[in-house]
Amino acid sequence: MAVIAHDPSRPTQTHAEVTRDVVRTITEAPTRGYYILVGVLAFLTAVLLGTVTMLLKHGLGLAGYAPPIMWSVYITTFVFWVGIGHAGTLISAILFLFRSPWRTAVYRATEAMTVFAVMTAALFPIIHIGRQWIFYWLLPYPNARYLWPNFKSPLLWDVFAISTYLTVSSTFLMVGLVPDIAAVRDHVSGWRKKLYSMLSLGWTGADSQWRHYTRAYLYLAALAAPLVLSVHSVVSWDFAVSIVPGWHGTIFAPYFVAGAIYSGIGMTFTLLIPLRKMLRLEHMITDYHFDNLSKLTLFTGTILFYAYAMEYFVAWYSGSTFEQTTFWRRAFGPNWWAGWSMIICNAFVSQLLWFRKIRVNLTALFVISIFINIGMWFERYVIVVSSLANDYLPNAWGQINPTWADWLILLGSFGWFGLWFTLFYKNFPIVAIQEIKEMIPMPRRKSHGGAH
Amino acid sequence: MATQVPGVLGSFEHIDAACDAIRELKADGRADITVYSAAPNHELEAAIGDPISKVRLFTLVGGFTGVTAGFSLAIWMARDWPLLVGGKPIAAIPAFVVIGFELTILIGALSTIAAIIILSAMKSLKGRPYHPRYSDDRIGIFVPCGPSEAQDVQQLFERHGSVEVSRDA
Repeated sequence: MAVIAHDPSRPTQTHAEVTRDVVRTITEAPTRGYYILVGVLAFLTAVLLGTVTMLLKHGLGLAGYAPPIMWSVYITTFVFWVGIGHAGTLISAILFLFRSPWRTAVYRATEAMTVFAVMTAALFPIIHIGRQWIFYWLLPYPNARYLWPNFKSPLLWDVFAISTYLTVSSTFLMVGLVPDIAAVRDHVSGWRKKLYSMLSLGWTGADSQWRHYTRAYLYLAALAAPLVLSVHSVVSWDFAVSIVPGWHGTIFAPYFVAGAIYSGIGMTFTLLIPLRKMLRLEHMITDYHFDNLSKLTLFTGTILFYAYAMEYFVAWYSGSTFEQTTFWRRAFGPNWWAGWSMIICNAFVSQLLWFRKIRVNLTALFVISIFINIGMWFERYVIVVSSLANDYLPNAWGQINPTWADWLILLGSFGWFGLWFTLFYKNFPIVAIQEIKEMIPMPRRKSHGGAH
Repeated sequence: MATQVPGVLGSFEHIDAACDAIRELKADGRADITVYSAAPNHELEAAIGDPISKVRLFTLVGGFTGVTAGFSLAIWMARDWPLLVGGKPIAAIPAFVVIGFELTILIGALSTIAAIIILSAMKSLKGRPYHPRYSDDRIGIFVPCGPSEAQDVQQLFERHGSVEVSRDA
């Protein structure tokens, strides 16, 4: 490999520079800060495992469920993490089909985020079910009396949706990684060479490989695109197909999908802004990318603004006392703080992104992203808890407060997610080498009349 | 290590030079060449001129299998032990759309992955020389041939501006 000096102020211009800059993120020895980060995240993961073990031992009493609120922090966090995943697939699959040039530099990071977020989300229904050791009863197979699970239940739909999403998004990530791992393999030595040789599955970039690969990638993207829209729709039907006031709305599927993408891009900012600095990728992930990501945030945030307004309008316009009461109590009831957090963090904060100055100000974006993360968690908390709190009979109304087990499991889930992501970005190409190369024209001997 | 396939390997820095060389090799009637590149490239694809990959067939069959499996699983199981719930039909098609859809995607995607593995394995690259720079910034063209033809191929590569040619024939 030719030796070219690293200059972060200059955009990457040649194929050799792309390989060099991305391989460097893997081969450079981890800093002390990296080890501290991994240590903290491993500690939080241990907190998650410890608390879940306590829950296994003592039962869901620790979770602070009380009738009528039998879905609370775990379901809220489940929906939160599934939502985070959606931005990754949107960027990697949907924008691929739209041939959006700005996705290439950021899609690998967001796709990895997707896989790890869905891995985190998938823990929560299992934590929530109570008898966690028989979680496999969720799978579609007949029980001892030859009775199958109920295929008419949205909860079973969700099992299908989440397991398909986890499988397809992991395979999509791995397929994208193979040529890049091969590029890393050719530029490292020692144990790394052995490891990446194994993981690259014999990839050499021969025409017979690219021929099938490029087609397959296109079809995988075409399959993942409707899948991602379906997954959060199915999650929304966990709620919308019931008759609980506050849940039973036809607006739920698009409202959830927009919210999911909005929350996912929020998390993308939270991860990418420090990451590009730590890995010195400022010349690859630039203002251009953040500007476009911000526009997507603004777009989905505005859909949320509309959806929130429409929810309140429909509650009023429906003439249904139960619906009206639920929404009145969302704004002015005992959980008012959660209700207003969601509206301010999502509907209003996102509107700041109309200004280009804010869209390219990374400090501002990072702060906004924290608001988005908090706001989107509260959105799901409001939907799950405050809807269940006001049923049809006022004497059956109730309140809960999340317990220490709830908070520790929520906190621990960030450790689990972060640990996977942190180990990933230091060991695998976090920027897609071959896709960036595809965008940089190869040198020519003869002058070329115009682009293709 | 597999035995080395005898032939000539040329490396190119320039995309147009590589494409010219490929076109001339094809015109000479050499069908079995291997072209290495770090990223897919339309010009290379056009020069090589292979037909569109059969991956789509796998995806289509996988998708159809998925949708059929999803609906038949749900309908069959509902009819196997009919439980009337809320007066709804036993085989409630709209409720089963989700199962059918998810399995379409799942089996469609998995058969696409199987397609890359099966179709790529159909052309063995064993023993064909490779250079690490092909995953970096160079294009490699390998032509399997005997010693009698090696000279011609080497000259062809050099004429088209190959930056490095190695012969093992």
